Amino acid sequence: MNMKNNFLLAATLLFLATTGFAQKFYTKSGKIDFDATSASSPEKIEGVNRTATCVVDTKTGAIQFAVLMKGFAFERALMEEHFNENYVESHKFPKAEFKGTITNNETVNYSKDGTYSVTVKGKLTMHGETKDVETQGKLVIQGGKVNANASFNVLLSDFKIAIPGLVADKVSKTAKIIVSCSLEPLKS
Amino acid sequence: MKKLSHYCITGLFLLLFTIHLSAQDEDLLKLVGGEEKPTKERIKYAFKSPRVINSHSMEFLNPGTMDFRILHRFGQLDQGYKNFFGLDQASMRMGFDFGILQNLMVGVGRSTYKKELDAFIKYAPVRQSTGPWSSPVTFALVSGITMDGLEWADPNRKNFFTSKLAYYFQAIIGRKFSEAFTLQVSPTMVHKNLVQLQTDPNNIYAIGVGGRLKLSQRIAFTWDYSHVIIGMPDSGYYHPLSVGLDIETGGHVFQLHFSNSTGMNERAFITETTGQFGKGEVRFGFNLSRVFQIKKKKHQK
Repeated sequence: MNMKNNFLLAATLLFLATTGFAQKFYTKSGKIDFDATSASSPEKIEGVNRTATCVVDTKTGAIQFAVLMKGFAFERALMEEHFNENYVESHKFPKAEFKGTITNNETVNYSKDGTYSVTVKGKLTMHGETKDVETQGKLVIQGGKVNANASFNVLLSDFKIAIPGLVADKVSKTAKIIVSCSLEPLKS
Repeated sequence: MKKLSHYCITGLFLLLFTIHLSAQDEDLLKLVGGEEKPTKERIKYAFKSPRVINSHSMEFLNPGTMDFRILHRFGQLDQGYKNFFGLDQASMRMGFDFGILQNLMVGVGRSTYKKELDAFIKYAPVRQSTGPWSSPVTFALVSGITMDGLEWADPNRKNFFTSKLAYYFQAIIGRKFSEAFTLQVSPTMVHKNLVQLQTDPNNIYAIGVGGRLKLSQRIAFTWDYSHVIIGMPDSGYYHPLSVGLDIETGGHVFQLHFSNSTGMNERAFITETTGQFGKGEVRFGFNLSRVFQIKKKKHQK
């Protein structure tokens, strides 16, 4: 191997590594549903946020979410008020964040269309508390875009969100979080 | 020369490796950032209810909601056990308030005191907010009308329907200073078409001071005072003061309070408060507010 070849190889490697295919995917309009309806509740306790930020690093498998708590919209205005004022205290803790990794990232071929089951493991920070979360999710690669879907349950008391006895028949102790994001390549 | 190229490649790999390493624990969210763009944001939840206790607060109902309010005021505490500290007697006002826009609401009510009907419209041209072009205070205007429902005192003389009417106009300047503390000032004018005595003024001017101090997430201490500046009769009438606790339980807000006024609309409590707060001529009362969502918010699935 002469120097010229070596240099070419290195340059190609570098080129591939940076621009070969997008290494990171992101969205700022991810959708996160939140459902804490208790089994006996006559009304649905659910909210939706359509402004979640999500970034996936395909190389490392790192996946991160951030969401503004005030961005959750509820069907009933009073529910939204109680959600912000009494439960998540969004004035004190405006953001919820998840930082984790796709543990089986090597099985996902981001440059090939298809559906991949993934396991995501990481830390969820909400209401000032951080807890480990692990869940199964699905990555759908299609036309250079990544759709990420997952749902998991969180125990509200883990995050120091108290449900008073008076509303226990309506508000469940666990909340179901449903994530669905359509990620686009991040041009760096 | 060959050596140089080896160094070159090793260097490149090292570089890649370090980039890779740093990528492991970097804050990916910072890469897309930008969500911190300052936007104008309205300050919400200055009070739990659109009323402090008696007076209008700087807060509004959400659009599409109805607030069903049942206000109770019992007899004077100083009546002692004979009247069970006033609980044997009760006066009430039933009200229906509607949120139309985020800064516009209307309401109607009826009180047992003088069988009075009342209605109001409340509008806020300016809301307290943060961010660019924000305002440090909420500025709201209220205009209301009351109609006496009693029989004519003297049916034999010529009576006019308009004599039953009174009007009030109020400006509210309020600020939520912190999560716990809200204060508002409300200059008010009440106009009565007909007054009892020739010496009584038709126009009464007052200035209200209301506030809230949150004690916990669901309990707040509130007070509501109106100082009559011009038009206070010489004797027998006092400035209305109410102090109370707001207790929120799920869908209800209970406002437990003590007040020296019987009336529960602006005309009645500003111009016809006969109790002296300091002398035990105080009434226990509670307001019950239940908010119903009558028009569903847009909620895309």
